[in-house]
Amino acid sequence: MAARLLAGLPRRAVIALALVVGALVVAPWIVNDYLITVLILILYLAFTGQAWNIMMGFAGQLSLGHALYAGLGAYIAAALFTRYGVGPWVGVLLAMPVAAACGAIIGFLAFRFGVAGVYFAILTIAFAEFARIGFDHLAIVNAAAGLFLPVAQYTHNDLWRLRGDPTMFYYVILAATLAVLALCRILRQSRIGYFWLAIREDEEAARAAGIATFRYKMYAVMISAAVTSFAGVFYAFFYNNLFPEQVFNISQSIQMILGPIIGGVGTLFGPILGAFVLTGLAESLTAALTACGVDLPGAEQVFYGVCLLFVVGALPEGIWPWLSRRCGIAERTA
Amino acid sequence: MTALLSLAGVSKRFRGLLAVDGVSFEVTEGAVFAVIGPNGAGKTTLFNMIAGAIPPDGGSIAFAGEPIGGLAVDAICRRGVARTFQLVRPFPALSVEDNVIVGALLHRQDVAAAREHAYAVLRRLDLFDQRRRRAATLTLPDRKRLEVARALATGPRLLLLDEVMAGLRPTETDRMVAILRELNRETGVTILLIEHVMRAVMALASRVLVLDHGTVIAEGAPEAVVRDPAVVQSYLGTEAL
Amino acid sequence: MPFDVYLNVAVSGLLTGLVYGLMALGLSVIFGVIRVVNFAHGEMMSIAMFLAVVLFSAFHLDPLIMMVPIAAVLFAFGYALQSGLINPFITRPEHSQFLLLVAVGIIIVNVLLIVFGPDARTVQTAYGFDSFQIGPLIVDAAKVYAGAAAVLFAALLFAFFRFTRVGAAIRACADNHTGALVVGLNVERLYALTFGIGAACVGAAGAMMTLIVDVTPMIGPTYTLLAFVIVITGGLGSMAGALLGGLLIGLTEALAGLIFTPSAKSMFAFGILVLVLLFRPQGLLGKRAA
Repeated sequence: MAARLLAGLPRRAVIALALVVGALVVAPWIVNDYLITVLILILYLAFTGQAWNIMMGFAGQLSLGHALYAGLGAYIAAALFTRYGVGPWVGVLLAMPVAAACGAIIGFLAFRFGVAGVYFAILTIAFAEFARIGFDHLAIVNAAAGLFLPVAQYTHNDLWRLRGDPTMFYYVILAATLAVLALCRILRQSRIGYFWLAIREDEEAARAAGIATFRYKMYAVMISAAVTSFAGVFYAFFYNNLFPEQVFNISQSIQMILGPIIGGVGTLFGPILGAFVLTGLAESLTAALTACGVDLPGAEQVFYGVCLLFVVGALPEGIWPWLSRRCGIAERTA
Repeated sequence: MTALLSLAGVSKRFRGLLAVDGVSFEVTEGAVFAVIGPNGAGKTTLFNMIAGAIPPDGGSIAFAGEPIGGLAVDAICRRGVARTFQLVRPFPALSVEDNVIVGALLHRQDVAAAREHAYAVLRRLDLFDQRRRRAATLTLPDRKRLEVARALATGPRLLLLDEVMAGLRPTETDRMVAILRELNRETGVTILLIEHVMRAVMALASRVLVLDHGTVIAEGAPEAVVRDPAVVQSYLGTEAL
Repeated sequence: MPFDVYLNVAVSGLLTGLVYGLMALGLSVIFGVIRVVNFAHGEMMSIAMFLAVVLFSAFHLDPLIMMVPIAAVLFAFGYALQSGLINPFITRPEHSQFLLLVAVGIIIVNVLLIVFGPDARTVQTAYGFDSFQIGPLIVDAAKVYAGAAAVLFAALLFAFFRFTRVGAAIRACADNHTGALVVGLNVERLYALTFGIGAACVGAAGAMMTLIVDVTPMIGPTYTLLAFVIVITGGLGSMAGALLGGLLIGLTEALAGLIFTPSAKSMFAFGILVLVLLFRPQGLLGKRAA
């Protein structure tokens, strides 16, 4: 299994990967609590970035409303927990199909009616906004006032109910990110992965080669949505409070795509690298500003904007392709 | 031999223009059938209707006895009709072999098996040595052969080639002709081609159809068609004789 | 509820819709000519709104009068943006330019946040509480003036495109990019001019909008989305469509806010967007299929 996952990667890449994973595994023993939360955020963004990448990088569909799926996952799992005491690992079993179904609806409407490219992106934004405003009025989840999870104690770790200290959450999101990375690798090398790449490159030519493009685009949307919803479940149980304004906000959707775009859309390690670079730099910036006694709310976002500008302008493929070519750890194929 | 592809009274109208007007012909299995004619004759429209890119307005198109008129492009390909594009469209960011693997995966579930088949096709099309290169970096003749390879990998019974010789120098044309001739002889795949390059048509085709202003003005063996006065008048010119 | 209330709300919505229309007109012009999806449109409008607020609070200058200089400032901004940032990348795939403008939008919103803070600002003019009464109809004077200004500005724009040489040149670029190049038009400069004009529209609309709503840095994205809804509904590339779409959305929003709840009014705008994208992607007055 591991051999199949690593096949085709240059040796240097495998070693680099092993080192990085190793470092991440031992991180909690080395770094302080604040950095753990930063790493959790980085891994969260790496995870959602990878999930989004399945739709965009592999199948070429630009979604700017991915917060919809994370939000759905968050609210469903949280609501089940607060109302019926259902743990998150069971809650996710409902969240994923619901998110996939939503993705299917959006995908069906869009692909059936030929809504593509930028129009598709706008459609996805519209649906996310729909959810935001809708949930703002949804009484079952406390509407705009917000849904709160009971914060018991941090004395012992309850993995089943995801209650505990940050280190526990760290390992959960780390495992999840590695799992999604493996998933992407498997998908990429499989039949469906080839079809997705063909669709991304040239949908009409893909159809001429016999690919049922509608069906495979639907798969991409549904899988991407389902995986993203898991992140939402994690979000709910880590932050313990949900407000429609924040959870479904377009800025959340944009934050999810910054990692992959900066790191490299369509690549395997791009989203992760992007998440590290982006959040790492942003946190450093905030720390530097605080050290100077300057408190600028919004400085971080400006920084994200500038990064996006720079990457789209100068490094359109993202940092990862450029970096991997430089260090000789580039993947063999596309 | 049975007719693999048969068209009966096929027509297509674009607003005021009748691009294809009641075209009927049959292509027997194993043949190399060429469609020629001046620009604007309706050849590509005809092609697109067979391939499923546009639906016919009238008439019927049958493949292996089953009607395919109006079916979706990918459905038609799955039935065994593969096409190339006049302006080549390989998947630019993918490698040569990945391009062909996409085609090979149509009727195979296993990627390894698809790769094996893709390699065989690449060897036949003389592209095996370049299999790792990105499609976007290929020269035009190579990209044309790549398109043919990708179409061939889907395992078609009928191969539709849309001006596959266009833009090729004579030596490259000869190379492509040799490959196609061998392909037809060894695998028996039926080939329907639109061509302007008469050199290729004469070398390859067992039967030729001439289209002008959307109607058939001649059909038959290449030597006979080329001498047909109507064909000379509308398309070839007296120098061709 | 009595008919009067519906009528008043409807008219109020229509007047606001005129300003929306002007805002969307800017977007339509930009997209129609340059084919760039300006995702920073609403954010540019928020710049104009803050300019109006600042000029009013510092110098008591009426936004409607300041409409012209503010439009000029936004023109310069748009011109610079197009020449400096977008023209060099005009050959890139469309989602690259889209993301560039998303980035610009993020930067604008947050710079405004840093400079002005998150609190709402308002402009209270002398006529702010006045209203006109025509029979059962009671309309805010501010909205009437804003609506009238919008119509005037739009008319000037129509005239520009119809009767001036530069206007014709721009329309030529929109119709046939290569053809325009072939006849020697300086397409890049015309694009910059067009973006400037689109920005000027949004600048003027912003100045007018301060008479109608409160201003915060975060409203930028909301107006971007609204502008898209309007332009897509009315028909991309159709100037009249943008105004019509504006009226339609203004009306729908106002009535939805009345019949349901005020905070849900955007939902209807989005509902319309989804319906249009699905069933009539070229919009009400659009020329070609999306």
